[in-house]
This record gives sequence, C-alpha cells and structure tokens, in this order.
Amino acid sequence: MERTITQERTIALTVNGVTYKATVEPRMLLVDLIRDELGLTGTHIGCVTGKCGACTILLNGVSIKSCLVFAVQADGADIVTIEGIADGDKLHPIQEAFKENHALQCGYCTPGMVISAYQLLKRNPDPTEEEIKKGISGNLCRCTGYVNIVKAIKDAAKK
Amino acid sequence: MTNGGLASPVKCVATMIRVETFGLPAKKGEFMRPARFEYFTPHTVDEALNLLEKYGEEAKVLAGGLSLVPLMKLRLAAPQYIVDITNIPTLSYVVENGDGGLCIGALTTHYTLETSSLVKFKCPVLSEAASGLGDTQVRNRGTIGGNLCHADPACEYLSVVLALNAELKAVSSKGERTIKVADFFLDLFTTSLEPTELVSEVKVPPMLPNTGEAYQKLFQRSGDFAIVAVAVVMTLGEGNVCKAVSVGLGCVAPTPVRAEETEKALLGKTVSDKLIDEASEVATRGIKPTTDIHASAEYRTEMTKVITRRALKAAFVRAGGEK
Repeated sequence: MERTITQERTIALTVNGVTYKATVEPRMLLVDLIRDELGLTGTHIGCVTGKCGACTILLNGVSIKSCLVFAVQADGADIVTIEGIADGDKLHPIQEAFKENHALQCGYCTPGMVISAYQLLKRNPDPTEEEIKKGISGNLCRCTGYVNIVKAIKDAAKK
Repeated sequence: MTNGGLASPVKCVATMIRVETFGLPAKKGEFMRPARFEYFTPHTVDEALNLLEKYGEEAKVLAGGLSLVPLMKLRLAAPQYIVDITNIPTLSYVVENGDGGLCIGALTTHYTLETSSLVKFKCPVLSEAASGLGDTQVRNRGTIGGNLCHADPACEYLSVVLALNAELKAVSSKGERTIKVADFFLDLFTTSLEPTELVSEVKVPPMLPNTGEAYQKLFQRSGDFAIVAVAVVMTLGEGNVCKAVSVGLGCVAPTPVRAEETEKALLGKTVSDKLIDEASEVATRGIKPTTDIHASAEYRTEMTKVITRRALKAAFVRAGGEK
C-alpha cells in the first residue's frame, strides 16, 4: 500500500525567552530537542518510562516531564528550563536554598527538582513538609535521601 | 472494540513492571525512541473525527501522552498515525449538568479535577482519586479521557466512574452515543470504543442528599499504581439505613468490577461497624486478581476486604452516619 509519511515538521517555540525554529521528525521527544538541538543540557534524562522526573521543565507555566512529550507538541509553547531559572548571574532563591542546605550531591536530579520546587512554590507559597514531599514526589533522587531537599524548599519558601 | 493496536496487554504490563521496578536497561529489540509515525494536530473535534474515520485502526489518539508515550518509547505500541487532540480547546471543561450532575470534558486534567471546587462539591470521590494519581507533573498533563480509554486496570479512575454509575459520550463522524461505564471496559486495555470514535465527555449523575463518597488506594510508593483500589458511594436514609450503595473495585480483575455481594449485604440494612465488617468479607466474590511483582493474588484478595472496609467506613461517616 502506498503511504507517504510526513517525516518532518517545522515548529517554533520560546525557550527561556529566546524563540527557536526547528525542523523535526514527529517522533523526536521534547527532551531530545532541548538537549541535542538547542544544546540546553541542564535538563537530564534518567529513565525510559517517565518516572524519574530528571527531565522536568515548565511548559506554558506548568511542570511536565519533557521525555513524555513530542517536540512537535511544543509548537508555539513557552518553555522554561533550568538554564532559565537564574536571573543572569544571580541565583534564584530556590537555587540559593539548595546550595545552602546541601540539597544536592551528584546533581543529576537537581534541575528537575528545582523546576518542581518552583512549580510547588508558585501554587503554594508556604507549604508544609507533607505538601513539599507530595510536590516533589515526581522527582527521584538516588543520593540525598530527600531530607535536605525538603529543608531547602522550606527555606526557599521563606525567601 | 479496540485495544489501539498495542502489543499483547500482558507483555505491556510485564515489560513496564520490569523496567520500572528493576530499572533494567532495554533488552535487545526494545528501543527507547518511538518508531516513525505521521502526526496530525486537529483543532476541532470534527477534524479529529475525520482523521479517525480515515485512518481507523492504524491511528492512536494522543492526549496527555502519559500512558501512550512510554509504550511507544518501548515500542510496545507503534501506531502509524497519531491524532493529537490536545489542541482542541472545546474538550476541557467542568460544568454542572441540568440535572445537578457534572459534565467533564475528556481533556480535563487530573490537576483540574483535584483542585476544582465544583468537582470537590459535586463529586468528591473523583477529586480524591485525582489527588493521589501519579505526581505533580503527571497530574498537570494527564487527562481523565486518556486514563479511561487506556483502560489499564490499575488506572485510578476506573473503579471510581464505575461506582459513580457514570456515562461516557462517544462521538464519531457518524454521530454520537452514550456508553454506560459498566459496558465500556471489556478487558485489559480494551474498551468498547470503536477505532473511529473519540470519548468527548464523562457524565456524572447528581449526588443525592445524605451521600458519602470515599476512595481508598493501597500502594507502595507515592505515585505508584494501586495494588488494590476501592471507590464507595453510599446514600443513607432514616436511622442510618443504607438506601443505596455502590462499591467499585480496581486492580482485582482485568476490568473494574462492582462488589455486588457487598452491596447486597448493605442495602436496606442499618449500617454499623459490624455490618461493614461483614459486608467487606464478601467483597472478594467474583474477583480475579493476578500475581505480579507488586503483590500476589492472595494478598490482593485479602487486601480487597481491608480496603473495602476502610472505604465503606469513610463513606459512611461522610454520609452523616454516626458510629
């Protein structure tokens, strides 16, 4: 049977305030676009099934796992990655709190954690410990045991 | 009837569990990137329906993608055509129905169901189930329509919509029909939806006065699928007599099931802790739980009684019953 598959689509999206145009296969994952095409390798890939949350970014203001979204679905979207959280050279209060509370060791989960913390504090500026734990439940950390991450987020809430 | 061209359901579940639980790398022949497909992004329901009419069995509808994309990455699903319905603005809404119930658009996210005051008021069990589903990122993007159409027996809403006696509106280019939830789930990952149809809405009947709803889920880690899930909707009459009750069980059969013996044990009787205990004991009649990496069939059977008891007690209290 004759079948033509549209191999590529051209999309335009804004990432950390900069607009990009890209021509991609529909099957390209958003995380691959961000890392391989746009060179923003702060966003990490940790698993296959979308469980670990290392790829978490903000898509139109809302935290999502970018390994579960096709790049073509982000056409016209406004994306913020970890590279866009700081204000130039000045760290975001969440990043400061992570630094001060030793909330990272290897740092692999950290970009996703910071984005999830950002989403949590945007919706709930003064969360309880339980609410923080629920808020970061989509981000797995193999190093820290989460204790300092929770402390850091509580700290960041005060700033 | 469709299972959307997935690989055998058992293989799907087995592979997902192995990868998720053990973190095993992809075996030879399993890929981490999806196979090629043609992508469509309709902006209206009619456009979407025309595409489904044209491509039928070879197409898969994409909503939040939280069930489909992991399967595509493992190549357990390799649809040739993807119809992305997330750009159809008219499918995401929560409105009160003329009869006092709720109409929920299929693309309504779990986050909306978790936080909507209308849902919390009119259908609290749905909001309760939504709040424990996955994690923040999943709830931000996942949809109720996707969850129901995927029909994974471990999915959160299946037992809930069954207990609610909800109905689904299915539309196609030939018209629309209403499907009772009891007729919707046929088997593991299999529904009575035709390949040319789209679920556009979930209709929840109005909540009667003196009704309590509860959802209880047994799970290991936050965001895990349930090992056993129970949804109860209970209406009380004078003197704590059970006027109506429905008990939906999840994860103990290839589809959600009603605990009919439990319901019979409660109907028309004065509800008490003792009656709830007795009714919970018979919740296991007719269930067909499986053994997998998370729990054995025996454990699931035993836990069905425990979780049913907890859900019944919570619903009873919320219905205004006094212990």
